[in-house]
Amino acid sequence: MTVTVTWFLLLAAALFSIGVAGVLIRRNALVMFMSIELMLNAVNLTFVAVSHELGLIEGQVAALFVMVVAAAEVTVGLAIIVAVFRTRSTANVDELAEMSG
Amino acid sequence: MTDLLWLVIALPLVGAFANIFFGRRLGEPLSGWLGLGFVALSWAIAVPATLSLVTGSGHPETMYLFTWIPGVGADIAILWDPLSAVMTMIVTGIGSLIHLYSIGYMHGDERYPRFFAFMNLFIASMMILVLASNYAMMFIGWELVGLSSYLLISFWFTKPSAAAAGKKAFIVNRIGDWGFLVALMIIFASFGTFDFHTIFAAAPTLITVGTATAITLLLFVGATGKSAQIPLYIWLPDAMEGPTPVSALIHAATMVTAGVFMIARSAVLFEMAPVSGAVVAVVGTLTALVAALIAVSQTDIKKVLAYSTISQLGYMVLGVGVGAYTAGVFHLGTHAFFKALLFLGAGSVIHAMANEQDMRKMGGLRKKMPITFVTMGVAWLAISGMFPFSGFWSKDEILAATFNKGGGFLVLYALGLFVALLTAFYMTRLFVMTFMGKPRWDDDAQPKESPFTMTIPLMVLGFFTVTAGFVNTPARLAFEHFLEPSFEGVAHHSGLSTGLVIALAAVALTVATVGIVWGWTKYSKDELPAEDSKFWKRSLAAFGVDEFYGRTIVAPGKKASEWAADTLDPKVLDGTAHALGGGVRNIGDALGKLQTGQVRGYAGGIAIAGVLLIIAFVAIGGGF
Repeated sequence: MTVTVTWFLLLAAALFSIGVAGVLIRRNALVMFMSIELMLNAVNLTFVAVSHELGLIEGQVAALFVMVVAAAEVTVGLAIIVAVFRTRSTANVDELAEMSG
Repeated sequence: MTDLLWLVIALPLVGAFANIFFGRRLGEPLSGWLGLGFVALSWAIAVPATLSLVTGSGHPETMYLFTWIPGVGADIAILWDPLSAVMTMIVTGIGSLIHLYSIGYMHGDERYPRFFAFMNLFIASMMILVLASNYAMMFIGWELVGLSSYLLISFWFTKPSAAAAGKKAFIVNRIGDWGFLVALMIIFASFGTFDFHTIFAAAPTLITVGTATAITLLLFVGATGKSAQIPLYIWLPDAMEGPTPVSALIHAATMVTAGVFMIARSAVLFEMAPVSGAVVAVVGTLTALVAALIAVSQTDIKKVLAYSTISQLGYMVLGVGVGAYTAGVFHLGTHAFFKALLFLGAGSVIHAMANEQDMRKMGGLRKKMPITFVTMGVAWLAISGMFPFSGFWSKDEILAATFNKGGGFLVLYALGLFVALLTAFYMTRLFVMTFMGKPRWDDDAQPKESPFTMTIPLMVLGFFTVTAGFVNTPARLAFEHFLEPSFEGVAHHSGLSTGLVIALAAVALTVATVGIVWGWTKYSKDELPAEDSKFWKRSLAAFGVDEFYGRTIVAPGKKASEWAADTLDPKVLDGTAHALGGGVRNIGDALGKLQTGQVRGYAGGIAIAGVLLIIAFVAIGGGF
């Protein structure tokens, strides 16, 4: 049984869906953050798989970009979460709902 | 020499700013001398340039300085021709004398440096107007002159009447400026340029008589504002609220001459529109007549002079109206000398009488103030049109030119003669009431002659008042020939025969003599004659023109602004703004409810929207 590109895509879709579910269901900001990372990497997997399948380099370039951006985002995001946790002693996003119209 | 002419404008401007920034530190009288220095210097620069035109070694030329608005003929450039040379000499020359006089007159004023700053600004504005090579630059000067007059008339702004007079002068002049501005628009629409040379060269072929009439009538509306003609002359008598040197400056050297100068500058256009010329002549004559009728009854020495200025301006406007541009400018020049002299003399009298301006409380000042007495006497004879003083020559020339036009203009000639009679009468009245007879002073008055800074200008002006007329006598038309290059393209009128010239002069002289004798016999008695007839009272009230304007224009204007302030603004304008703002706020309030602050809610929204978008993408047939 050969491993075709469809398998990769299915795996990516599954990972992405788990990520979406995590963001929607979990209340802890840190876990939501990890779910977002999961979604990003699901997309990365798609990029790399399709890139390999089509013989194009651009997909891999895009994947590298995503990693760089994700790294930057983690730095900022974690800093924010830590700062919030220090002042509010919680990372529960449902309790951090002051920014309402 | 002519390369330095830009300094004629720049120096007074520098003087103005120097006095604004450093005047207080310099103090009195140094800031006054500083102001005088800059004006005198610009006069000194203009003298050789003028002389080269007189001797014929120089030629009229345009000196380009820099481009202001490209492509519309609105460069900042100096047009140096005989007309602007004459005006420059008058403005800077008489301006210098008035500055010198002010050093003594303004002694002790708490805003002494500011006064000289404004005076310098006035001279600079007038020079921009006079030396302009195009209508756009002229308009800058025109507006700056209006501003300077406002600043100086309301110089003693703590006095409510002075503040009101300044405002009145400014607003009335704005009405005239409107006419000037519209004329400029038509000029630009017709010619595509503001440049004098181009306009005057192209005018006869490019525009119709109708267009020329429209332009010139609107230009004349501008002139009625600045040169105080009917119906806009009302600001000038009130302008007496300013210090007396300001009156002298406005009446003799600057401001009121602007309108006459502008008409003379636009001579080519006025020549194309005989209707405008007639209107100008009629308005000038009526102004001269009405102002003279008011002047006969005024008891305030400065008010008499104010109305006499309006009357004399009427003569000048009549002159340029009948196409005698040289005569108009000539009278402008001689009038500048004797009217500056009269005002400075009156200022000297007022100074000596401790700010008393009522002539009924003067009298007998000839012994106390000999220099003022003699110089004022010269000016009195000049303005009355006595041979051989300057006023005789210039006034006679205007009347002769009017007579020469014939037809309906003979009526204007007759009215002009009548005004000459009135002029001689009321000036004699002023002179006799002030200097002759017995003193009628208040008990504490101790009049004495003014200091030398005030009497020197009087003597210099007195000298010119006597002699200035000889530059242009019927026997020797030097001034007219000198001005000829400025009026190229203007038709020359055939002169009168020698016999007729002498006859007209004799008539004018007789009329002046009658006026003087009439005034002298009436007022040289020990008791002042009663002035309580019906005409006299109406004349003293200036025929109620101010009140008439108050009823017909100011009152409805106030009503309209009240309506705008109480109804239009709060209800219509504010209402619209509030409705718009309120509507936007309501929409914002409604949309703001969508922002719950629940991050997972937003995430859910994004997820659902993403799914919906994918479904829609597939549904419209986009494949992967």
